[in-house]
Amino acid sequence: MSIEWYLVVSALVFCIGLGGILTRRNPLVILLCLELMLNAANLALVAFARAHGNQEGQIFALIVMVVAACEVAVGLGLIVAIYRRRLPIDVDELRELQG
Amino acid sequence: MTTFSLIILLAPLVGAVVIGLTFRALPTKLHGYLGTLAIFVSFAAAIGAFLDLQDRGAEERQVVVEVWDLARTAGVDAQFALLLDPLSIFMALVVSGVSALIHLYSVSYMAGDRGYSRFFAYLNFFVFSMLLLVLAANFFLLIVGWAFVGAASYLLISFWYRRRTATAAGIKAFVINVVGDVGLVLGTYFVFKHLGTLDFLRGFALVEEEFSRNEADLVAGCLLILVGAFAKSAQVPLHTWLPDAMEGPTPVSALIHAATMVTAGVYLIARLHPLFEQAPIAADVGAIIGCATLLIAATIGLVVTDLKRVIAYSTMSQIGYMVMAVCSAAYVGGLFHLMTHAFFKALLFMAAGSVIAAMAGEQNLDRMGGFKRAMPFTFGCMVVGGLALSGIPPFSGFFSKDEIIALVAAREDWHVVLAILGLVGAFMTAVYTWRMIFRAFYGDPVEPARELEHGHLYHAPKHTNPATGEEEDTDVGFPGPEHHIAEREWSMKGAMAVLAVLATVGGIVQIPHVTHMLHDFLEPTFHDSRYYETLEPSDALTYGGMLAGAVLGLAGIAVAYRFWVRDPERPAAIRARLAGLHGFFVRKWYFDELIDTLIVRPFAWFGRFGRNVFERVVVNGVFVGGTSGAVRAGSAAVRAAQSGFLRYYAALLLLGITALGLYFLISAS
Repeated sequence: MSIEWYLVVSALVFCIGLGGILTRRNPLVILLCLELMLNAANLALVAFARAHGNQEGQIFALIVMVVAACEVAVGLGLIVAIYRRRLPIDVDELRELQG
Repeated sequence: MTTFSLIILLAPLVGAVVIGLTFRALPTKLHGYLGTLAIFVSFAAAIGAFLDLQDRGAEERQVVVEVWDLARTAGVDAQFALLLDPLSIFMALVVSGVSALIHLYSVSYMAGDRGYSRFFAYLNFFVFSMLLLVLAANFFLLIVGWAFVGAASYLLISFWYRRRTATAAGIKAFVINVVGDVGLVLGTYFVFKHLGTLDFLRGFALVEEEFSRNEADLVAGCLLILVGAFAKSAQVPLHTWLPDAMEGPTPVSALIHAATMVTAGVYLIARLHPLFEQAPIAADVGAIIGCATLLIAATIGLVVTDLKRVIAYSTMSQIGYMVMAVCSAAYVGGLFHLMTHAFFKALLFMAAGSVIAAMAGEQNLDRMGGFKRAMPFTFGCMVVGGLALSGIPPFSGFFSKDEIIALVAAREDWHVVLAILGLVGAFMTAVYTWRMIFRAFYGDPVEPARELEHGHLYHAPKHTNPATGEEEDTDVGFPGPEHHIAEREWSMKGAMAVLAVLATVGGIVQIPHVTHMLHDFLEPTFHDSRYYETLEPSDALTYGGMLAGAVLGLAGIAVAYRFWVRDPERPAAIRARLAGLHGFFVRKWYFDELIDTLIVRPFAWFGRFGRNVFERVVVNGVFVGGTSGAVRAGSAAVRAAQSGFLRYYAALLLLGITALGLYFLISAS
């Protein structure tokens, strides 16, 4: 199977994630979409690794997973904190951080 | 020699610093004596230096004491070096001697003034500056001293700093002196550019090699130096500050504005004689302006009614003689007159101070009269000073003034005209001097004089500014409540007595065909002059000049006696007949108005233009407004990007990365 199909799937997943981030207002959904984007990148990395026949891409994919796990931990923590303070779960409402 | 020269300089400086720093710690009265002592020490050291110099051979009488190098780089040789030659020792003796007596006088005169300690600190500082000026061995130190005396003069003119007229006069004096300073510095540059050294003696040795006769650069340099000399010595047209400087306390007028600082210009020209002899055009300009000043000042002196201003104009006039003399290469005449003038003019100011104190601060001659019996000692001193000033034999002024006139006439060609005008000036000198004396001391005694005859000192009902009549108190910044007159204070009396003796016998150092002490003494300084030995008036000129001077002086006194004692109605009648001329003289030849129109107003207009147009439109509008406007617009754009919408940021990020990716794709293909 040629690499193009993997890349097409990866690009599609990435665009779905991007579209979600640009359109959705719920931080939880945004986090999900971020995961989608990261995993799209993982898919491309693994595909490239196989096409080239070496391991670097796979190692990268593992590192990205670790980063994604950390990000989710922080992101969910923030969402829980927001929820506990009874703030609206909506990124457009939470824009006082603009300085 | 080093020790003496340093003591001469440091004693007044130490005095000024000690008085300045201990004005709370030590009793006030002590400061007066401390200040006086410092100057006497300086005077004693000057005598020591004088004797030391006399012990040396004639060729070794130009001693340069190099204390330390201030800067010695790239052709600049600014050293702290003192030149001790007959001229500087002569000046140091006159300055420290007269200063010492005036300090002594001030001990009483200023007693009761709240600024007593400050006064002596300033006065000591002035003496230090003046001695630095005359002992400087190079242009650099000379300019330092030159600026210091200007500052000291400013401080002392504005000594009564709450008196509006006094502060205005101080500012005027300072500004005009700074004009002179600029002239001196620029002139020095012209000379330095060619000679390559700031040192006097090294430079003078090069003058004839480096400059051709009347070379343009040298003439320009000398003329600029003359601007400096004229500003300091109150010569036309930079003289208007001197009459106003009479706002200062009387001892200041005696010290700075009669005996010492205003003669600095004369000293400067004499010191730089090799330059002026190589640039005769500049010297001629100086001589003509000196002559013009002596006549202009004498005519104003004839009509002024302020006692101190009469003497101030007389000072201007006498300095005109000196400038005329030194610019005509009659160095001995000029310096001789400088010395005798310091004696009798300081004496006249001291006597005037005594009269003013008796009048409780009033200076107007119209309100004075009849002090002869009330103040015999002051009267005697005034008469001695007046006789010396009018050039009546055998008083000192007679010999010095006639020395000038004879030597200037001996230059022949058009210098003879200057000598004749000098004689005319001598006649006017006698008239205005004796007008002042007759008006103050003769006639019916005014109330203060009558009170004094009964043993009481007159006190004005309220203290006022003598110039404007504004009311004043007697706190610090105004004259003190007490005033002291020579008849009752030993220190004033002593100082005046010494000066009276000197004014009487001061002429013996240089009597034609009898003594040549001053001529011989100054010879080593002027050994490189091409006129010093050769310029010798003929016997006819000497005796004719002396006779003419004496006759004109006596005639002037006679005229003054006739007008102001015998027939007091006459001056009013003449004044009415010559109202135009009188007004012209009373308005001081309109010099103040002229300078106001030509310089002050255009500058004020330019300043207003700068403030209203340049500052407001260009600086505020374009530079400041433009910069802040650009920053504000830029930051508004950046601020607009900071909306806080997360999705907006994400979109921007996307756009940026897309643009970056496209750029690399396009540039790679």
